[in-house]
Amino acid sequence: MSFEVPVATTRSSTGIPTGRLGMWWVVASEVVIFGGLIVCYLLFRLGNDGWGGEASFTIVPAGALNTFVLLTSSYFVVKAHKLIGEGDREEAFKYLWYTIACAGIFLLVKTYEYTTEITEMMHHHTNEDGHMIGTFPVFWGFYFAATGLHALHVIGGAVVIGIVSFGVKKGENLQRVEYVGIYWHFVDAVWIFLFPLFYIAK
Amino acid sequence: MTQKKKTGTRKAPAGHTSHHEESFWSKYVFSTNHFVIALQYTITGVFMALIGGYMAYVFRMQLAFPGEAVPGFGIVGPGEYNNMVTNHGTIMIFWVAMPVLIAGFGNFCIPLMIGADDMVFPRLNRLSYQIFLLSCVVIIASQFVPGGGFGGAWTAYPPLSSEAGYSLTKWGQTLWLLGVALEFVAFLMGGINFITTTMNARVKGMKMYDIPIVVWFIVIASILFMLSVGPLIAGAVMLLLDQFHVTGFYNPALGGEPLLWQHLFWFFGHPEVYVVLLPAIGVCADIIPVFARKKLFAYKIVLWTAIATGALSFVVWAHHQFVAGIDPRMAHIFTVTTLLISIPIAEMVFVYIATLYGGSIEFKTPMLWALAFIAEFLIGGCTGIYLGSTGTDIYFHDTYFVVAHFHFTFVPISIIAVFAGITYWFPKASGRMLNETLGKIHFWGTVIPFTFMFLAMFPLGMAGQHRRTSDYTIFPELAGWQDWRVIITYCLLIMIAFQFVFFWNVIWSLKSGKKAEKNPWRANTLEWLVPNVPPHGNFTDGFPEVYRGPYEYSTPGRKEDYWPQNVPD
Amino acid sequence: MSKSKDIPGTTSYILFIVTAVICVVFAITAFYFVFPNRETWMVGLPQASSYAGDIDGLFGLITYLVGFWFVVSEVVFFYFIFRYRKKTPDQKAEYVTGEEHHQKQWITIPHILVIICDVALIFGTVYVWYKVKQDLPPAQATIRVTGQQWAWTFQHPGPDGQLDKGDDDIYLVDELHLKVDTVYHFKLESTDVLHSFSIPAFRIKQDSVPGRTITGWFEPTLVGEYDIQCAEMCGIGHGLMKGRVYVHAENEYSQWLKGENLSGATAAETSAVALGQVALERTSP
Repeated sequence: MSFEVPVATTRSSTGIPTGRLGMWWVVASEVVIFGGLIVCYLLFRLGNDGWGGEASFTIVPAGALNTFVLLTSSYFVVKAHKLIGEGDREEAFKYLWYTIACAGIFLLVKTYEYTTEITEMMHHHTNEDGHMIGTFPVFWGFYFAATGLHALHVIGGAVVIGIVSFGVKKGENLQRVEYVGIYWHFVDAVWIFLFPLFYIAK
Repeated sequence: MTQKKKTGTRKAPAGHTSHHEESFWSKYVFSTNHFVIALQYTITGVFMALIGGYMAYVFRMQLAFPGEAVPGFGIVGPGEYNNMVTNHGTIMIFWVAMPVLIAGFGNFCIPLMIGADDMVFPRLNRLSYQIFLLSCVVIIASQFVPGGGFGGAWTAYPPLSSEAGYSLTKWGQTLWLLGVALEFVAFLMGGINFITTTMNARVKGMKMYDIPIVVWFIVIASILFMLSVGPLIAGAVMLLLDQFHVTGFYNPALGGEPLLWQHLFWFFGHPEVYVVLLPAIGVCADIIPVFARKKLFAYKIVLWTAIATGALSFVVWAHHQFVAGIDPRMAHIFTVTTLLISIPIAEMVFVYIATLYGGSIEFKTPMLWALAFIAEFLIGGCTGIYLGSTGTDIYFHDTYFVVAHFHFTFVPISIIAVFAGITYWFPKASGRMLNETLGKIHFWGTVIPFTFMFLAMFPLGMAGQHRRTSDYTIFPELAGWQDWRVIITYCLLIMIAFQFVFFWNVIWSLKSGKKAEKNPWRANTLEWLVPNVPPHGNFTDGFPEVYRGPYEYSTPGRKEDYWPQNVPD
Repeated sequence: MSKSKDIPGTTSYILFIVTAVICVVFAITAFYFVFPNRETWMVGLPQASSYAGDIDGLFGLITYLVGFWFVVSEVVFFYFIFRYRKKTPDQKAEYVTGEEHHQKQWITIPHILVIICDVALIFGTVYVWYKVKQDLPPAQATIRVTGQQWAWTFQHPGPDGQLDKGDDDIYLVDELHLKVDTVYHFKLESTDVLHSFSIPAFRIKQDSVPGRTITGWFEPTLVGEYDIQCAEMCGIGHGLMKGRVYVHAENEYSQWLKGENLSGATAAETSAVALGQVALERTSP
């Protein structure tokens, strides 16, 4: 079953290519999701003085390393887009995979963080009265929800970059490098918010 | 080689004389074609309506005859009652109104009405339906898990919904939440398609103000949905984590706040009602001019009132929470915004009424439905004032007054406007005309019982009858109204019975109905140019070019009383 | 509309606004002075508290103002359908774009009038809401209301007249006893999920939120007994959380106070009784 791109996809009443327009709407919907979560976190945080203490358990060097890794990955995906524009598909393919590699490093660091943070916290909170075993105070709830949701988007994004890279290899749908780049910048931007809010603000 | 093209093309879709035989699966099940997907969404939505309607039947029978076994269900205990009420509401909004009005009509109307051969992202379109179908399976499955289906009301306020010890439906509450979340994802995906297609894939000559209102409104609804659902998705993730005892976002004992969910829910919940209202009222906007043979009065006012309503809908949400424990000072702000939001909608209704002035009105079935929408929705809109006004909401909150109010808005939206659209576009979709006599019988048999049934609920609410209770005879102040509850239930049974007329009409007409001409209603919009049962690619004879807006009816100086968009001077 | 007179714009606006103000004043006057028996407006449910009449009055104001627009809209709507129905096969429709100023006025003028009516309503509702929810008069007595799955516990001040002082407070399940013409503050709490304390005859309603104590007030004005309902979905027993409030005349209240003296019963014991006994009864099929 072959798929034919409809004429509709090739039109552009607004002058913006359809794929790019679609991706901006995707980003818009994601902004509201993460925005909602972050606003809730802020409202809670402002009303709870004790959270500074909780936040001291986050591993700032790990967060800083991840910030650097993600920013670098964004650079790589921009480079890939530039190389496509210059016609150099092979180099572009490599840079897309550098981006994916950065995503991999990010996830490894996150895995390390999660495993150490969870055990520390379990140790720290299990013996207190009134706490259900394994239930984290609200700060940690937001931390895991926000960074976890973000990590899922990193994984999803990496998968899509991989798919796009195979298209690049075949010389098809090269415009998708730009679009996936837009998405990746969004994922990066969310992290730029999460890092200060969860790691630095103590 | 990239496939970027900057301007619209007018060539017909290529390669269709040579493409291979498609199997049943690729043509009907795994199709990326917008028409097939529209049918999939619509048929699924109608199927889910049967389930939601069955649930209403069960709980209304319990209310009329408390304690007696309901035929086709059995004894309705308090837990089962709550489950029926909860899932009736949830299903009707998320699995009936939204799929039929937005995805069903959207997928059918948008490409045809803007002169395109499909949506711009057909595979994303197919994926969105598949996820939607999965969400249907999940919500239905929630009925059959240990503990039973979730019974914490469609609003699912924690701590009831976050703690299985309180709700007693450990699996039901999680599956319910997952079903809703999947539905959200499906409609976010669908929305990307509707918005991008309408923005970018219009045929040559179709400017912004030449777009039919129903298309505009589905797009605005998709944008509203997209912007409002985000925080609730965040909130749902938080609720899910609470349900698994990982976190205590909504648990006061753990530093959480139950009211947070309410804010997140209603921040979405209020725009959501406009998400379903706009496509419905849009359908009526496209039907009334056709059957009155009159130009839609003040197209731009219609458009701007919709946008104003959409924008305002983001600042009214706490009117659902006046007595919930919010700061009473906040209530003043929200009562003002809520009373103000009635104004653009009132203006829109005035415009539709003005469209009828000086017309030459034919009462075909689609027009009957569209007119009924206006008359009934007015009741819903006006009674909303009692609830938006803080002083009276103290009394009416959570009573049957609310139930009556929202059914006078939701039933016009999800039933009346849906039948208007189905009877209107049926000839194009199937190539047959529906039987007019059966159509009218179905119409009156639906609208009359509906009106009586819910009008009767206003006095019940005024008498202090609160919602979500399975037996009112235990309350001395309410026991005397039991006859009214019986009559309401009979009205529902009559209304349900008349739906068989519709199904019979559809089945019979598909087989033996009169063959329809291409443009049986003599309408202006582009969908009437394509062959009946739109073929793959829609405009197989070449794409049209648009010269004007869609509502030029009875234009002076013309022989015909309509002027299709694609016909030059 | 094809024969619209060209009244100068400002004059017609002034005329319309004056008409609107007259309508609003008429509505307010009508329901205050002309229409009797406002006590039975709420389908005969008694106005048993000091602010029930205000809430019913606001209901009446909304009915007159909104009702006017509702009737006008439906009448015009049905009139148009009747008048402009297609009677002959060659009946032509008019061509009205709605874009010209004199046509738009038919929408914008009613639009402005509706806004004026809304402003009148805003004044009315702000007044009532402020009175019921914000402006608590000084308490002459205080009670504690606790919602739980699935019963109400009411803590009454004992003979010493003070809540939470001494050991003489009276705890009852699903039964509330009040003295007429006394301003009560209620302290509303919940032990588990959201509930909502509602007495339709008083017109009061307030959700109870776990982790919080919410204060409200009422002043019963009519001796009698009335229903208490839970107004927020709280689980299987939600519809079974039936309570009853007994409003006594002063001397009857003193008698009741003497008769039912459960001094010695603690809050915890009573709650446990309520939860165990009542919940068990109510959740069995």
